[in-house]
Amino acid sequence: MHFVSSWLQSMIEVQVVVIGAGPGGYAAAFLAADLGLKTALVDPEVNPGGVCVYRGCIPSKALLHVANLLREARHAEAWGVSFGDPRIDLAKLRTFKDNVVKRLTGGTGLLAKSRKVQYLQGRGELVDAHTLKVKLVAGGDETVRFEHAIIATGSLPAIPASLRVNDPRVMDSTTALDLPDVPKSLLVVGGGYIGLELGSVYAALGSAVSVVEMTDGLLPGADRDLVDVLAKTIAKSMKNIWLKTSVTKMAAEAGGIRVTFDGQPEQVFDRVLVAVGRRPNASVPGLDRTKVALDERGFIVHDEQMRTSEPSIFAIGDVAGEPMLAHKASHEGRTAVEVIAGHKAAFDPKAIPAVVFTDPELAWAGLTEAQAQKAGRQVTVAKFPWAASGRALTLDRADGLTKLVVDPSSERILGVGVVGPNAGELIAEGVLAIEMGANVTDLKLTIHPHPTLTETMMESAEVFFGQSTHVYKPKKA
Amino acid sequence: MTDFTLPELGENIAAGDVLRILVQPGDTLTKDQPVLELETDKATIEVPSNVAGKIKEIKVKAGDKVKVGQAILSVDDGAAAAAAPPSAPAPSAPPKPTPVEAAPPPPPQPAESTRPEKVVDFARGVRAPVEPPSDEPAAPAAPSVRRMARELGVDINDVLGSGDEGRISIEDVKAHAKRLIAAASASPAAGASTPRAAAEPLPDFSKWGEIERQPMRGVRRKTAEHLGASWAQIPLVTQYDSADITGFEDIRKRHAKQAGDGAPPLTLTALAIKIVAAALKVFPQFNVSIDMGAEEIIVKKYIHVGVAVDTDRGLLVPVIRDADKKTLLQISAELSELAAKARSRKLTLDEMQGATFSISNLGGIGGTSFTPLVNAPEVAILGISRGRMEPVFKDGQFVPRMMLPLSLSYDHRAIDGADGARFVRWVAEVFEQPFLLSLQG
Repeated sequence: MHFVSSWLQSMIEVQVVVIGAGPGGYAAAFLAADLGLKTALVDPEVNPGGVCVYRGCIPSKALLHVANLLREARHAEAWGVSFGDPRIDLAKLRTFKDNVVKRLTGGTGLLAKSRKVQYLQGRGELVDAHTLKVKLVAGGDETVRFEHAIIATGSLPAIPASLRVNDPRVMDSTTALDLPDVPKSLLVVGGGYIGLELGSVYAALGSAVSVVEMTDGLLPGADRDLVDVLAKTIAKSMKNIWLKTSVTKMAAEAGGIRVTFDGQPEQVFDRVLVAVGRRPNASVPGLDRTKVALDERGFIVHDEQMRTSEPSIFAIGDVAGEPMLAHKASHEGRTAVEVIAGHKAAFDPKAIPAVVFTDPELAWAGLTEAQAQKAGRQVTVAKFPWAASGRALTLDRADGLTKLVVDPSSERILGVGVVGPNAGELIAEGVLAIEMGANVTDLKLTIHPHPTLTETMMESAEVFFGQSTHVYKPKKA
Repeated sequence: MTDFTLPELGENIAAGDVLRILVQPGDTLTKDQPVLELETDKATIEVPSNVAGKIKEIKVKAGDKVKVGQAILSVDDGAAAAAAPPSAPAPSAPPKPTPVEAAPPPPPQPAESTRPEKVVDFARGVRAPVEPPSDEPAAPAAPSVRRMARELGVDINDVLGSGDEGRISIEDVKAHAKRLIAAASASPAAGASTPRAAAEPLPDFSKWGEIERQPMRGVRRKTAEHLGASWAQIPLVTQYDSADITGFEDIRKRHAKQAGDGAPPLTLTALAIKIVAAALKVFPQFNVSIDMGAEEIIVKKYIHVGVAVDTDRGLLVPVIRDADKKTLLQISAELSELAAKARSRKLTLDEMQGATFSISNLGGIGGTSFTPLVNAPEVAILGISRGRMEPVFKDGQFVPRMMLPLSLSYDHRAIDGADGARFVRWVAEVFEQPFLLSLQG
């Protein structure tokens, strides 16, 4: 009998098993393999990628690229170039997006294979603090005995009970990315980055998009001066932006989704996108058989080495806490692996950049002006308006803004914020500056290529000293 | 029966002092119930049980020092099932796992702040005192530098940056770590000795003339480290005296004539070894080492005498074993053999270890007196300078005598001043009348 059972249930032994193959999970697994640890990676998808690659960052960026192109083409009329009305082949657009995902996930799959990471397509259940039972998608079970596990199960769209309507026309971010059609009218519930990004896509494709946000501003967390720039532009592409308004009721009708608001008259929309936030996905079966603990918001509790209350188990990424961002997850994943490999590593970034890929893009890193104010911390803010940037003018985009949040005594750069095209790319320099402990002089004395938007970083540093070439704003004595 | 042993308390905590026992024999213990309060050098911790059952025996008491893994109490777990409460123990706050800072080797500090200030709930882990939310920006160090600091166990916030605006470089971190290590090894017994000040930065000597930097290799580096530590550690006293060796000089010259060529010469150093070996039997408190950690004196029942030998590689100290059991001629022969080995680099490590007392004879070179440095963990060393003819007032007149300057340095922690004086006087008297050896040694 013993023989039979061991034959039915195969078992592997690894040093590290990573549960969840998103950008945090697969980065962790790949590094573990690179460090010579025997590694398994468990995920229900065919290939590593997770929400980010399959249903998040990547497909949305493919669609946003197209949305920007549509806007630019329309904008080009002002420069004397007319393309006429765009014809949109939704199936082809979908294929483009799907191919991006396919290519990327095919790549991660290949990378896993070449590193000899054992990829188990299935769902894991913890038997104890050293055993994971994986129900394979292909059928059957695989038991994984592990020295260390890394939980990287990410997050799920959060949908409040009042907004749960069992109708395909009420979408979450995942279904919205599938581009079922281009609705005539779309209500986006939630003025955060997911709502604004996907709302922008549908608006560019031709939907009349209304955004409803409960708080008094879009993109809570970002500095208002940056958001104002974004809001001004976005207001032109969206039909409505309702702030301080909440949805009280939604009902599916033949003609659409009837939505009742607190603060607006009720209306019927062809489709509704609910993007009010995400919640950690700590629902790994069997987690209660370990000492892994959750906090009151459902995140897995861990220390700065990413170790949970169960010494053999680590947690990284969205399931391990805010901010729920892919690049935070992958760094946490690599930290956990280094700790497992015996290095004295810890996750101690000085800045985690956040980017909103709308048009214009908005990005920030480190201390925001609002955070400084709230903490009662003295900072000096230096701003460089893009109207003074040659490069921005050549793009016909004078609305951008670059700002530095600076410690007045040491003149160290504590925070950077950018709004404008390519802000997401520009912010990386700010992150490096903060991590390196750079001061404003460093940024000022670093030669930036002309004519580029990166000069706005350098010139904002010059503004700090009242010496910007292109902004006349002498420092007050 | 199951034992509850002291669990891992966090990084770098291996033991602690029991402040209070919170349970009694006969109590029914549940899991996670606090068992004792433990004072560690980081904080005071309430240690919860990881076993359940009726307490049979408590194996430690308040004031005991307990180590991780040591048995604290034993329970009858047969009773556990019956005694276990129907519901799980009160839902405790989600355990925060070991957020103990990767503690750097503690910088040597006066012992005033060693007293932990607060009791921590073990379930939440040991926390370093909460950092006040500071307006100070974090240490100006790049991620690579912060990583290096973490790997070396250095708190980046303690490192002084040498760059602009105090920016910290990898070199700054390494230098800081080196200073910590030097300071830590200079004061091994916590609080027992004055911490050694970190080396001051050196000026740029090339401003004043040509210099050359040579690596400090082998014997020189070892000597520097070892004697540096000895100097920092030992409260040193030197007792000076002189011995009349006129008589011994006569014997020595006669011996040289009789023994003929090839025979080992009878040397002053050999006699000094013989005399010191005898003295160590009379004064056993000079034949010890001190273990400040254990607060014990280690008395050695053997007498091995080290002899400092000047070689072209630097100072080496071969050891004459069981010097008290050897004749003067045996010692002479062995000494010349060891000295030759030392100069031809053939001395083995074994031949340089285990001394209980050392002798440094610089008389061959000259000098009127010097302060030898105790070769820790020994507690005393006899220095010998050059003997010279001096007028000595004896029996109502000055007579020429060959006088040998002696200097005994000793570790004042182990040896009292009067004993130091007695020891060197005893040695001087035997030098004057070597036949005393046959009476006393």
